[in-house]
This record gives sequence, structure tokens and C-alpha cells, in this order.
Amino acid sequence: MKPAPFTYHCPETLGEALELLARLENVRVLAGGQSLMPMLNLRLVAPDHLVDLGRIEELVGIEQTADGLALGAMTTQRAIERSALVRERCPLLSEAIEHVGHQQTRNRGTIGGSLCHLDPAAELPLVAAALDATLVAVSKSGQRRIRFADFPAGYLTSQLRHDEIVTRVEFPALRAGTGWAFVELARRPADFAIAAAAALLTVDSADTIRDARIAVGGLGPAPLRIAAAEQALIGQKYRDGLLASAGAAVAACPAEGDALYPSDYRRELAGVMAKRALEKAAGRARSAAYV
Amino acid sequence: MLRGAGRFTDDIELPGLLHAAFLRSPIAHARLKRIDTAATRTLPGVRGIFTFADLRRILTCDRIPLATPAPAIRFNVDPTCLAVDELCYVGEPIAIVVAESRALAEDAVNAIALDFEPLPVVVDPHAGLEPGAPKARLDCPGNLVAHQVMKYGDIDSAFARAALRIKERFHLHKGGGHSIEARGVVARFDRIEDLLTVWDGTQMPHRAKTMLVACLGLSENQVRVIAPDVGGGFGPKAVFHPEELAVPAAALLVGAPVKWIEDRLENFTATVQERDQDWRVEVAATADGKLLGIRGRLCHDHGAATPYGVALPHNAATNVIGPYVLPAFELEIALCLTNKVPAVPIRGAGRPQGTFVMEMLLDRIAAELSLPRDEVRRRNFIAPEQMPYTIPIVQRDGTMMTYDCGDYPECQRRLLETAGWTAFPARQEAARREGRWIGLGLANYLEATGRGPFESASVRIAPSGAIFVATGATAQGQGVETMLAQLVAESLGVSPQSIRVTAGDTGATLRGLGAFASRQTVTAGNAVHRAAGIVAEKVRKAAAAMLEVAPEDLELVDGMVRVKGVPEMKRSLAEIARVFNGVPGFALPGKLPPGLDATVELEAYGLTYTNGAHAVEAEVDIETGAVRLNRYVVIHDCGRVINPMIVEGQVHGAVVHGIGMTLLEWMRYDASGQPLSVTYADYLLPTADVLPRIEVHHMETPTPMNPLGVKGAAESGTIAAPAAIVSAIEDALAPLGVRIRELPLTPARLRALIRAAKRPGDSL
Repeated sequence: MKPAPFTYHCPETLGEALELLARLENVRVLAGGQSLMPMLNLRLVAPDHLVDLGRIEELVGIEQTADGLALGAMTTQRAIERSALVRERCPLLSEAIEHVGHQQTRNRGTIGGSLCHLDPAAELPLVAAALDATLVAVSKSGQRRIRFADFPAGYLTSQLRHDEIVTRVEFPALRAGTGWAFVELARRPADFAIAAAAALLTVDSADTIRDARIAVGGLGPAPLRIAAAEQALIGQKYRDGLLASAGAAVAACPAEGDALYPSDYRRELAGVMAKRALEKAAGRARSAAYV
Repeated sequence: MLRGAGRFTDDIELPGLLHAAFLRSPIAHARLKRIDTAATRTLPGVRGIFTFADLRRILTCDRIPLATPAPAIRFNVDPTCLAVDELCYVGEPIAIVVAESRALAEDAVNAIALDFEPLPVVVDPHAGLEPGAPKARLDCPGNLVAHQVMKYGDIDSAFARAALRIKERFHLHKGGGHSIEARGVVARFDRIEDLLTVWDGTQMPHRAKTMLVACLGLSENQVRVIAPDVGGGFGPKAVFHPEELAVPAAALLVGAPVKWIEDRLENFTATVQERDQDWRVEVAATADGKLLGIRGRLCHDHGAATPYGVALPHNAATNVIGPYVLPAFELEIALCLTNKVPAVPIRGAGRPQGTFVMEMLLDRIAAELSLPRDEVRRRNFIAPEQMPYTIPIVQRDGTMMTYDCGDYPECQRRLLETAGWTAFPARQEAARREGRWIGLGLANYLEATGRGPFESASVRIAPSGAIFVATGATAQGQGVETMLAQLVAESLGVSPQSIRVTAGDTGATLRGLGAFASRQTVTAGNAVHRAAGIVAEKVRKAAAAMLEVAPEDLELVDGMVRVKGVPEMKRSLAEIARVFNGVPGFALPGKLPPGLDATVELEAYGLTYTNGAHAVEAEVDIETGAVRLNRYVVIHDCGRVINPMIVEGQVHGAVVHGIGMTLLEWMRYDASGQPLSVTYADYLLPTADVLPRIEVHHMETPTPMNPLGVKGAAESGTIAAPAAIVSAIEDALAPLGVRIRELPLTPARLRALIRAAKRPGDSL
């Protein structure tokens, strides 16, 4: 379990990093290494060059924006977990991040690394999908903004070009009266989830659901917003059994199964997770709405 | 150890040390046609590449002579150190590369070109025994490698007169050992000493030495095997693996010391495991729930070779009987060769499976007869007055299977009391009203411990006063050294810290066996106890001669021998040892023989049976199939307890192994024999955050089988765990009538059972 030979680069500025990416062939970007290092050791990937973003300070930081919250791509998961600003401005992210690996891996793992690695069962892509996050990608030739919904291109693959680096992740603020929740089932607390759900529910003082967002992970190669489940809720007066019907809409979505977790189990479980996330979000939204 | 001063195999650094990596089979079954190493030989840092043909130049036999004399075995399949012309499992070593670093060696392995022709595979042992099945090995007459019918009593009449008969089929699985330290070998041949020294993370160094002597054509005084600090054994390291020969052979050929440290991927594919057993059984009972007989068939996935006989399925079969009166028993055992790494005993060693079968059948009887589960067991227990209790099954050592002692009804009584058994139904009812599904399970079990035929120990007080203990037993972190030092300290009146224990060095003992079958406290413990007793006696006589008093008037206290009541009349152990080291020409005091030492090779025939009872509370999330264990209670009787902390640690660890086997650990293969779970992201070990609090309560029934009255404690905790946990889950789901027949019980499997059990009109 030793990696194949590669050349290690450790740029100190974003400019140097972009220069390397533009110049080199068969490069992988190291952004914390909690997935990439095991993949290298197992020789699942064999890049000729590794560009470590770990020393680029301009990629680290959590800041409040007019519209919500922005995080430097190399901000560690642990820093996010401990951030009071994140808890205040983006509580869904705070709730989800505790499920990401172990404390030890969160010390090294970064938000940008996780979003670009795009493990189908990972928590952070699911949060990005639920919150409609925007990624800022930079290359030598310029910068572009990518809606997270457009970011995944397939299993463990994003639409990032080989010379681009995600530098920043932006999460919009929640509307007033919005409850949130992140729920998952993993075999052990630090494992990737079999299925996970993130829910946002906005309820007005008349107990009418003004907005609903439901995203689930574990059904396919990337997390998905489930429009049918959302539409089943928006405009409805809150009542018992309503959220279960949204869960059922999630469970009706197709899922990719495997030998361990067949598709019918994954679908059913995604429905249960969605229902539970909605229930928790509804509890928070309604208690907020009545304050 | 805690200060980082331990020395494991990978800590051994030698001048000029080279590193090995193996090319392994990427396919479960194939004819090996060609190995092209040409591109590899010119790579930087590569010092040698050896295939079987290359090693054969110095091997005195092609196959490693591991065969054990088990009558059930139809033909032995001894492994070779590298594949010859047939690949029989993914991970089988094909070639060894020696290079200046492990990374360079792995690069070179990747550059070897391999040409093979795929052959049909045997993955499922049932299918493998069907007529027309492909052969798992072309060099064997068939797939049925061993066959046995274990029987006693009149099974036909038992079933003829039974008021109740229940048929069941269980598909049970148990994973691997998963020690923190994987395997490792460092080999060095020293021309000056004319000695091949092999540091090997093994549980059985003397056996490893025997194999090296046999295969390399060296004599016994040219080979020394040392098991240094070993980070966990759990069974796999009791088996001599091909790499343990290939690495020393490569070191001899390359003329430099070579180190191989197994990585985790190799550990998953090339280290022996336990895996699958399929049981089809039927139980006969009276109308009041008394057992009349059990019959059936056990089909066992044996893997591609026979490095450790049939101990694993044999243990599974005999453990069905457990602490109960079973008048008749007939079990056909069929072992199928498969294209997987060999299956051998892992901690628990088949016993959890056998116990699972019996305990589940008892639960079924209870359900059929509407009897409480504890009551059915109570009606079937062997009573303490029936001890010793003989069952007409002949053991490996030729003796009849005989339970030496134990109070099984009392053990269960204490369990039920501690676990709050009678109060539980009310709690369960209250929880159900809150929508929580909780259940309480119980299981009783036995374990045959202290397997012989012998173990060696020597105790020596050197002229410096240092006290040395050497034993053929080995230490993998179980606390063996502590336990032995404690026993010697007690006999010699010294502190345990002053004693140096050497375990696992063939240079320190003439013979020895090592760690398997929860045996070392029983065998080595008693050997060292006897040796220390002989030395203490000698010390008394020697001091008596020196002090001119009677030996009976002396006592051994704080490293001194002193006259009782006259503490100023004393000699230190060091003084006595110096005197008895001799001075040229002078007589020894009292004309006693020289030295203060003794060697004992304690013969151990028959087994001593540890017993226990487990209760566990489980909670099921019926929407997801997830299971949480809320509480775990163990009543444990391993006879006299030498060191309570060590025994508790053993029981905790073993229960965790049992929990893993039941709910998490699953060594999966696809239909082509490719292992699917080869990282710890896919193969789930129990972690602290999913474990309940485990309470261990000791019961002490000292065995008359040995002077210390001790029984083994290393594996026993695993044995009842699957049965107790499944019993708890079925209890939690009793309103749904869920029946669990497959391990491990994943959430997907349990949810499927819940869904299938759902009654019409239910909205679960």
C-alpha cells in the first residue's frame, strides 16, 4: 500500500497553483487528502503530479456576506464545525458536518476537497445541493461561478476542468421562519451514509408551508433535490401525515442498489430519512414561526 | 509498551535490510501460464525477483507440510510458498520482489507481466458440492475435502417419539481476525553464527521453526524463530502462511536480511479467515420442552487449502451441545474446497456458530410451546451433580468429550437477576407504547479450553539475582507475560516486576506450542506454576543447607529466604544462586545439585470447560432495520481468576468480536470469487461509539483438572454474543414474528424481514 511514484508540488499562492495546473499533465489536487491519500496508497489513482493546496492561505476562511456565508475551499471541516458564524448563518451545515468522518479526519479534510471529490454518500455535497450553494472556480484564464446543482458530472466526477480550482463556496442565508435538519443512517457514526436527507422548511405564522427543499443522498452518483416531494408540501397547511407523503414521494424515486444495500432498501430508507428530516425541520420552523 | 518501547516486527531494523512485496493472484481460479519478470529486473533498487521455480532451488519440499492427522480429512491440501501452475484464490502469492524499499518493491510488482487462463470458480460451498460442479483445484480429486458424521445416541427413536420437531436453516458468517498489527516477517541469515533468525509475528514460533527446517533443509540449530511483540493474534497468526517461508527463502537467495510487513489489503485477501457455514438442522423435543435430539448437516466453506485441519467446523459442531442434556445427536459435516483464502479458527473458532444453532433452536421450542426462553433452558441444563459429564464424542487427543465442572443453572440465574429479566416485559410494553421496539436476549454457552498436548516453561534464578521465565507460550497482547510473572512472583516471594518473561523465542525453549484454543493460562500457567514451585523448593533446601536450619522453617519474602520468626537470619535469592553457581573444586552446600532452575513440560490431556451466560438489550428501528444495543451483561466462569483485569479485558474484547460478527463484519465475495470488502470502509469493525456498556461478573468454579484450578478466558466472550443479540432482536420484534436465520444482520436484511413479516393491514 505504497503510492506509485509522483512529484509533489506545494505552491504558496493560488497563482502558483494555477500555473502548475496549466502546465502539468496528469495532475491531482491535494485538498486535505482524507480520500485522496488512501486512493493513492491503494493505487486506485496514479497521478504524475500532486499539487498540495494546503499552504495557500487565501483559500482558507469563513466570512459573512450580504447574502449568507462564504467559505474558502481549503477551510477544514473542523473549523466549520467549531465556527459560531456557521452555526448562526448556516445551521444545516453545522448539523451535517458532525457526521463527516471522524474528528481526526475533519482536522485535515476540507469543504472544497469534499465537494470536488463528490462521494455519492458524502454529507457536504448533500448540504450544498439542499442549500443551492454556488462554487467559484478559478483557472489561469479566469473565474466562473457554478451552481452546485450543475456541478456533478457523474460518479466521483465534477464538471471542473483539469486546470481549474474551486476557491470558494457560497451558501445563501435562510429565509425567516425556516427550519432545517440533516438526518442520515450510517452503520457507524463516522461512516458514509447509506442514505441521508437534508430538509429546509419555511412555515408562516398561519402554519402554511411557504417553501420546502428536500435533498437526499445515497440514491445515485450525486445528491438530488426531490422536486416532487417539495411541490407536495409548498402551499400546504401543516397537518399530520403531510410529511410522510413527502417521504413517500422520495421513496418513489429510482435508486441505484448494490449487493449490500439493494435499490428497494435504499429508496425506502431515503424516504424514511427525508420524512425524519422534514419532521425535525418542521419542528424547528414552527417553533420559530410562533416566537 | 505504553511508552513506545515495544518492539514489533516492523520495528526491527538491521544493517542492509531489504524489503519485500508480493505479486498476488488477481483472480480466484486460473491456470498460471507465464510470469514475465524481464521488465522488472532492470528497475532501480530491485535486488531480486523470485518465482516458485527460483525458490525451488533451495527448497527441500514443494509443499509446506502442514497436514494434521484428522480422520475426517479425505485428502490434505498443503500450500506451496508461491503459486506453481494454478492460482486458487485472489491474493495467493505468485512472486516475491526484494528491493531497497517497500515502495520500490511495489513498483516492481506492478511491472511484472502475468499470463493466465481463467478457470471456473467455486465460491458457494453448497454449489461446490453439487454434482457437476467445477473443481476448485485441478490438483485435487474433488471439492469435498473432508467429511464426517458426528453422532451418538439413538437419533431415529428420538425423532420418532418427539412431540415437537422443528426444522431450521441458518447461514452464518464470521469474518477475520483483524489484529491491529497485520502479519510480518524479518529474516536474516548470519554466516558467522550459521544461523537463520526469523522474526515472525506468529502465535506458534516452534511450529514455524519446524516448517522452516523441513522446507529449507537446515538443521534445528540453524534456525531460530522469534515472535517479538505481536499486536494481536486472534487465530490467523497460529497458521503458518506461505509468506513465512517465502521471505526467509528470499533472504537466503539474495544474501541480505529481508523484511516483509503485510499491508491491510494483503491482510484482507491473503490472511486466513473464518467465513461461511450453512446449517440445516432439526430438533426433537418433548411436549414439555426437553431436548430429545438434534440432527442435520453443516456445510462449511473451507477455502483453497488445509493449513489447519478441521478444528473450525469440529468446534462448531461440538458446541451445539453446550450446557444442555442432549440425548442424541447426528450431524453430517461437509467441507467444501472453495476458491478463497483458507478458513481457519478465528477467536471463538466456530463455537459461536454452534452455540447460535442450539440457542436459536431453544428459542424456537420456547415459542412453539409458549414457554419462557429461560424456562426451556432451565429444563435442559446439565445439573452440577452430573459433573464430570461425558458426551460420547472422541476429541482430537483421543479422550471423550467431558465437561469437568460448572454450575450452569446458577450461572443463568445470576444472569437473569443481573439483567433484570423478570422486570423487562413491563419495560418492553412501556417502550412499545412510545413506539420503541426493545427486546432482551439471553444465551448460555461453553468453551473447551486448555488444549494440549503440553506446554513448556522454565524458571531460573540467575547468579545476579535476576529471575528469568521462558515459555513456549506466546504473547500477542493478552497479558501472558503479566500472568506468568504473577504466578512466579507468588511462588518465589518476589514482585512480578522483577521477573523477565521470554515468550515466543525458539532459542529460549526446547519445545513449545503457543497461543490457540484459550490454552495458555491453563497449560503455560500451570507449567510455570509447577516450575516455580520446584525452584522455590530448591531455594528452601539450598538456604536450609547454608543457614543450617530445616527447610520447613524458611519463608520466601521480598526476594529473601528467611527463618520464620527470626527475620535477621536470611539469605537473598542472589546469594543462594551465586553459591549454587559453583566454585571450582568446592562442594555445593548440602551436596545439592547445582543451579536454581527448573524446566517443566506440562502434559495436558482432556479439556477444561469455561462457561457463561450473556444477556443483551437490543433496540430496533423498524423503519430502517438499524439495531442498537443498549446494555450487555456477561456472567463468566473461567474457574479461578488469576488476574481479574486481564480476564475482564479478554471478555470485553471477545464480546466486541461477537457483536461485530453479528451486526457488522462481513467478508464479502462476488460470484467470481473477488473479495469485495478489502478496506475498513467496506468491512466494518465495531467501534467504541456503537458498543453498549459491557458488564462482566465473575463466577468461580475452580476446575479439578489442574493445580491452579484455571480455565481459559480468551475466546469465550465471543461465543454467546450472536445468539444473545439475535434472541434480543427477535424478542423486540415478537409482535411481528420475525425470524432471523442469516448473519451478519445488516439493516437491509433486517428491514427486509420486517417488511416480509408485516401483517396485512399494518402500516409499518
